[in-house]
Amino acid sequence: MIPIHDYDLIVVGSGPAGLAAAVSAKKNGVDSVLIIDRDVEPGGILLQCVHSGFGLETFGEDLPGPSYAQRYIQDAELLHIDFLMDTMVLDVTKDFSVTVSNEKFGIQIFLAKAIVLAMGCRERSRAQIHLSGTRPAGVFTAGTAQRWVNVEGLMPGKNFVILGSGDIGMIMARRLTLEGAHVNRVVEIMPYLNGLSRNYVQCLQDYDIPLFLNHTINNIYGKKRVEAVEIVRVDQNRKVQPETAEIIPCDTVLLSVGLIPENELTRKIGVAMDPITGGAMTDNCFETSSPGIFVAGNVVHVYDLVDYVTHDGTIAGEQAARFIQGHRKIHQKRIPVIAEDSLRYVVPQKICPETLQEAEIQLFMRVSFPMEYPVQIRAYSDQGDIFRKTLPYVRPGEMVSIQIPKTAHDLIQASDAIRLQILRKE
Amino acid sequence: MDSYDVVIIGAGVVGCLTARFLSRYQLRILVIEKESDVGAGTSSANSALIHAGYDPVPGTLKAAMNVRGNSMWDDLAGELDFDFERCGDYVAAIGDEEFQKLFVLKKQGEQNGVPGLKILSPDEIRKRIPNINQDVSGALYAPTAGICDTFAVTIAAAENAQANGVVFKFNTCFESFLMENHQIFGIRTDQGDICCKWVINAAGLYADEVMHMAGSHPEFQIHPRRGEYCVFDPACFQLDTVLFPVPSEKGKGVLFFKTTHGNTIVGPTSEFIDSKDDKAVSIQGLQYLEEQMKKLIPAADLRWTIASFAGLRASGNAVCKNRDVDYTGDFIVEADDSIKGLIHCAGIESPGLTASPAIAERVLQLLRDSGLVMIEKPVWNPFRKRRPCFRRLTNEERNQLIAKDPRYGRIVCRCEMVTEGEIVAEIHAPIAARTYDSIKRRTWCGTGRCQGGFDLIRVVDILARELNLSLEKINKKGVGSEFIVSETKNQGSGK
Repeated sequence: MIPIHDYDLIVVGSGPAGLAAAVSAKKNGVDSVLIIDRDVEPGGILLQCVHSGFGLETFGEDLPGPSYAQRYIQDAELLHIDFLMDTMVLDVTKDFSVTVSNEKFGIQIFLAKAIVLAMGCRERSRAQIHLSGTRPAGVFTAGTAQRWVNVEGLMPGKNFVILGSGDIGMIMARRLTLEGAHVNRVVEIMPYLNGLSRNYVQCLQDYDIPLFLNHTINNIYGKKRVEAVEIVRVDQNRKVQPETAEIIPCDTVLLSVGLIPENELTRKIGVAMDPITGGAMTDNCFETSSPGIFVAGNVVHVYDLVDYVTHDGTIAGEQAARFIQGHRKIHQKRIPVIAEDSLRYVVPQKICPETLQEAEIQLFMRVSFPMEYPVQIRAYSDQGDIFRKTLPYVRPGEMVSIQIPKTAHDLIQASDAIRLQILRKE
Repeated sequence: MDSYDVVIIGAGVVGCLTARFLSRYQLRILVIEKESDVGAGTSSANSALIHAGYDPVPGTLKAAMNVRGNSMWDDLAGELDFDFERCGDYVAAIGDEEFQKLFVLKKQGEQNGVPGLKILSPDEIRKRIPNINQDVSGALYAPTAGICDTFAVTIAAAENAQANGVVFKFNTCFESFLMENHQIFGIRTDQGDICCKWVINAAGLYADEVMHMAGSHPEFQIHPRRGEYCVFDPACFQLDTVLFPVPSEKGKGVLFFKTTHGNTIVGPTSEFIDSKDDKAVSIQGLQYLEEQMKKLIPAADLRWTIASFAGLRASGNAVCKNRDVDYTGDFIVEADDSIKGLIHCAGIESPGLTASPAIAERVLQLLRDSGLVMIEKPVWNPFRKRRPCFRRLTNEERNQLIAKDPRYGRIVCRCEMVTEGEIVAEIHAPIAARTYDSIKRRTWCGTGRCQGGFDLIRVVDILARELNLSLEKINKKGVGSEFIVSETKNQGSGK
């Protein structure tokens, strides 16, 4: 017989989203909360993010990742939230049963009254970007290198070329330089930066690490270990310009070419997914199409700041508490939110107008290409303009966030859908 | 000097199966392999198909070995306990011209002795494969075709051979023959000389070079032909069969095939290259695959790719021994005509995997014919059992396993659900996995969507712990492919 245990709320993932959700659920009166994580220590990817830059929004302090995580781990412990570490969740069902496996007691089933999924995201791999060449040792994702260097104290190479200008890649460029390795360059196939501008300044510029936009790795050489890469320029259609090829000797290639929400469990449950974000479709309470299944953090869409993850995780936990306590109306009206034109996506994809009476609703979106000029985000519906927000510029690497004010409640209540567009500000 | 009756050069599928078949007899047998694991060369990257046998030109050794080999797989899979499924395959024709070719193919198959071949109507094939090109004009169905776990076959054969007394030496490279009066008395390797009376050349891509070291067949050459493949995410696409286009003079073409692990793979390309170890993948290769695959399944999309790899076919230029047949590129499975004690298996490209048990059988016959006295052992165990695979067990079975060894409860590869217990078992298996790629081939760890993003660090730790080696020594595929170069500045004492 497989043993069965009961909890009110089970949170899958002990990263910032899961921790915030668990803490907030408990603070909102949920009796028993369990966090399950496959790693040995709670904190998720924050544990390998030893650089600073965390917590400016939440605490007004500049913290390294592990310290940021520690604040929530402490809260969780004070609130008697249970942790089940070194444990893989194999399956989650619509009726809140969670099958897990670990070394301590094998396969067990946990039953809950609601679930928060907070599995985070994973890195895109070499094959997904169709990188040519041999397949030697020395081609790693930036996150793998980050864990080796920052958690295990191991150097995975001496001479690096970094493909992709994602945040982890730029942060690792600095980290590896500080560890005495040589980072030859960061190459980015797009004509613009993929990560945050602040990381470009603090991690590349300050360390004289060149960034080559409109460039990519066209070939990897080396049989056993990487020996060199061929770097080429691409044209505006991302077509390789062979005459620009340059061979750069190196022993390691780090890939920082995008993150994908980790949604194997979510898909198995069968909730509605957003093909653009790679995450579940959610409302502003972070409930999925399956009642009582909530999502939090990078499992929804890839955030650029942990503070926003915490913010949204807190909402997910609070709403999960309301669900458990029977305060959440299952059949309440949800109005679709639709991103148009150059807005690639918007999260949440639906909003519950009633909740606007309590708090403003925050919408996160990303643009398809950089607009280095003043723009206006316009939210409108069949009822006319809902509101507008002006921004000096927008970039794909930097999430755009807007807040729908409480005053828009009546207008939204009457709308069939909220549409968002981005306009050049004249 | 070590002394054996028979030395087999190369631990690919042909070498390992030959060793396994030979292990039945009272002989001292050694297999030498230049890489650190079995099946690391041409056996490591192919389509893993057990071909029915309608492709090879009738009268060739390829045709005979293919059809005989095909018939041996049920028993082999039963004895050696690896995945094999006789799922059948299809050759789909688009347009009338291709449709006519199906009849040629069917006739060829019948001449080769392939049972059960059938031409299907367009409606029938559309029913069986709904996402096939709607312009399909018909298909040839071969019920005897199958798929297998190509890594598992080689490993299982090697393990069974070893259990029956065969010795394996890895990281040992053949250098030359020790001969006197056209009679072999040993071989020289980079690890020293080995005394033996009989040598079986199963050196795959290098079989021509081994042959030339004996001074035979200077005209015979292996020209490596590279084939690139893309592995699809099962969540995006699954095809529950094997689907070929109509073959052309370039070969069998780009096909879709399911694997025993549940992925669908598209490939291979076909490109002659100069280097025998250049397994690079290329943008050109991908473009070719994309173009070709859409002819069969227009909706197929390379964005479904989770891994791509390339293999090298050991394509030879041997002229068919049967004088009535005009064919170049046949298998060579023969006793050397001038050197006594030397048997060659060369030019073993597709359908080499299918043919491998038949090749092994033929090698035994050649040895017997050349005068090797083969006396059966009083006790010989033809069986080998696979080790537990967590993802295939029920939860109850998993708990029984975990109760015995808790490490089967810790999942190291989430995508493919591989546990620490399985990894440790492979590290301590009779033919031990000592590299990351060896673990990957045996357990399927790291082959899923994240491609090692989660497991790599953990597997490296497990390898170091179990082999009692420093982390800097752990490698991907043998010495020179280490992952870690040093500790960080502040890490004086290590972990």
